[in-house]
Amino acid sequence: MLVLGVFVAAALAAPLLADEANLRAITADARDYPRWASPAELGPLGTDSLGRPIWDQLVYGSQVSLLVGIAATVIAIVIGTVVGVVGGFVGGWTDAALARLTEWFLVIPFLPLAIVLAAVLGPSLENIVLVIGITSWPVTARLIRSQVLSIKERLYVERSRALGASGAHIMGRHVLPSVMPLVIANATLTVPVAILSETALAFLGLGDPTRVSWGSMLEDSFSAGALGQEAWWWYLPPGLCVIAVVLSFTLVGRALEGILDPRLRDSHAVGR
Amino acid sequence: MTARLVAGKVLGALGTLAFVVVFNFFLFRVVESNPVATLYRGRNLTDAQREELTRQFGLDGSKLEQFWRYMEQTLQLNFGRSYATNQPVIDEIWAATPQTLALVGTSTVLAMAIGLAMGVVAGWRRGTAHDRVLTGISIVTWSTPEFWLGMLLLTVFAVDLGLFPTGGISDPSGPDGGLGELLDQAHHMALPCLTLTIAYLGEYALIMRSSIIDVAREDYLTLARAKGLRDAQVRDRHALRNALLPSTTLIALSFGFVLSGAITVETVFSWPGLGLLTYESLRGPDLPMLQGLFLLFSAAVIVFNLAAELLYPYLDPRVRAR
Repeated sequence: MLVLGVFVAAALAAPLLADEANLRAITADARDYPRWASPAELGPLGTDSLGRPIWDQLVYGSQVSLLVGIAATVIAIVIGTVVGVVGGFVGGWTDAALARLTEWFLVIPFLPLAIVLAAVLGPSLENIVLVIGITSWPVTARLIRSQVLSIKERLYVERSRALGASGAHIMGRHVLPSVMPLVIANATLTVPVAILSETALAFLGLGDPTRVSWGSMLEDSFSAGALGQEAWWWYLPPGLCVIAVVLSFTLVGRALEGILDPRLRDSHAVGR
Repeated sequence: MTARLVAGKVLGALGTLAFVVVFNFFLFRVVESNPVATLYRGRNLTDAQREELTRQFGLDGSKLEQFWRYMEQTLQLNFGRSYATNQPVIDEIWAATPQTLALVGTSTVLAMAIGLAMGVVAGWRRGTAHDRVLTGISIVTWSTPEFWLGMLLLTVFAVDLGLFPTGGISDPSGPDGGLGELLDQAHHMALPCLTLTIAYLGEYALIMRSSIIDVAREDYLTLARAKGLRDAQVRDRHALRNALLPSTTLIALSFGFVLSGAITVETVFSWPGLGLLTYESLRGPDLPMLQGLFLLFSAAVIVFNLAAELLYPYLDPRVRAR
């Protein structure tokens, strides 16, 4: 929780903590920053092969990584919840069709699908969000659907129906609020997956070329040969940031899930 | 399981596959730019040449004609020619497959063995220090981007210590043929294999742990204990066997992901498999190649998913009874 707070604060306060102009190679040139400077030469984290300070990239990178993670999760959760609630509640052919679609998305290998979509749509921040969003919803949909199926049989839903409430009314007033906690716990567990996906896509060069993210920093450092130069200050920090954020979202998500469903406590397994 | 059920599941898998094939066509054709214009940018082409090239890439005629031709070719495993090398896509894919199978297959088996063992210990001693440490390791390795882990291992063991080669599959000046070449390749495979093993084991450990915790409440374990069996016997003969059942689906599925699992790690270690091929086709982008790879990756998962569904009733009689 605390770690998450720090990262969110850093992303929001990026302009105070870092200088955006430093992200551009031209500024680095103009300011005469040394290239490949280690943290000892130019604090706090040294510079990359073009003389851009790592610190500024790291701070602004947190914006993109968190934004993509959260925005993609919102898309995934909305699709997943709608598909799950409608499928589970309406039943019949609608459910069969939606379940088939969900299963199909579950079976398709996630990264190749995301790669293919990103390659076809072209690299931009919006596309990355979209691609991760539309490839991450099936797990949520399946979870919500099974929950809705059990809620549908509860007495208060029965009562509401007996009183003449429409399907839409029951869905909105009874079903949706009772799956909401599950939705939130699930969202917390989808964010880390989305952030890891963004990192992988950016590493493969499918990220937005005009923005710095932790994944694109890793790509830059890899293709500039930072490994051979032993420029650890370049590729170590972004990786550690990814781990810290992913880890804290995962832990918070597992804790939330444990509170909501004591039977699940300590027994949740994260899927790839 | 009745023949009817088997047929139903096989048909379902075929349906999914067919859906992938159709989806693939639309994804690439509808959004695609004109590769002839991209590839021959800046060159003066006569109209006749342009038509000839368009025909070669299978982009002439109406969308419907293209669709039928595409379906026909796909059924014959003909995915067209790579934009980058002009070689048939299928040949390049087959050439890269053995390397990926070797690398990811080995890592999957290793990760499975270590991860499942970790999960059993953690779940059996739930809440103890053992459990906390093992679960902690699992979650941390799960949270690590695998290519970053690869970069770290590469720096430490290949660049700093010089124990392993930095990439590729063999040393050009190394021994040719026989055991020497094989050892050289194993030497090259060690680091990427270690990376993938560490990256995968967390997931197996977490899933095994939750399966063990689920069966730990069952009555038959109380009975086994009441019979006076030692703790290790109860765990290995009774708990483990039952807990393995839910894991079979995961294991079968993870074999399906063997082909597509190592895109980023193969890139870091320039391991000449399907992952590196994917990475290179993204540069172009080499659309026919990506299309072929995507189809192959999906087909692998669908086939193993089907295998898991068919196998499951034989392993768990409780499912068969239904």
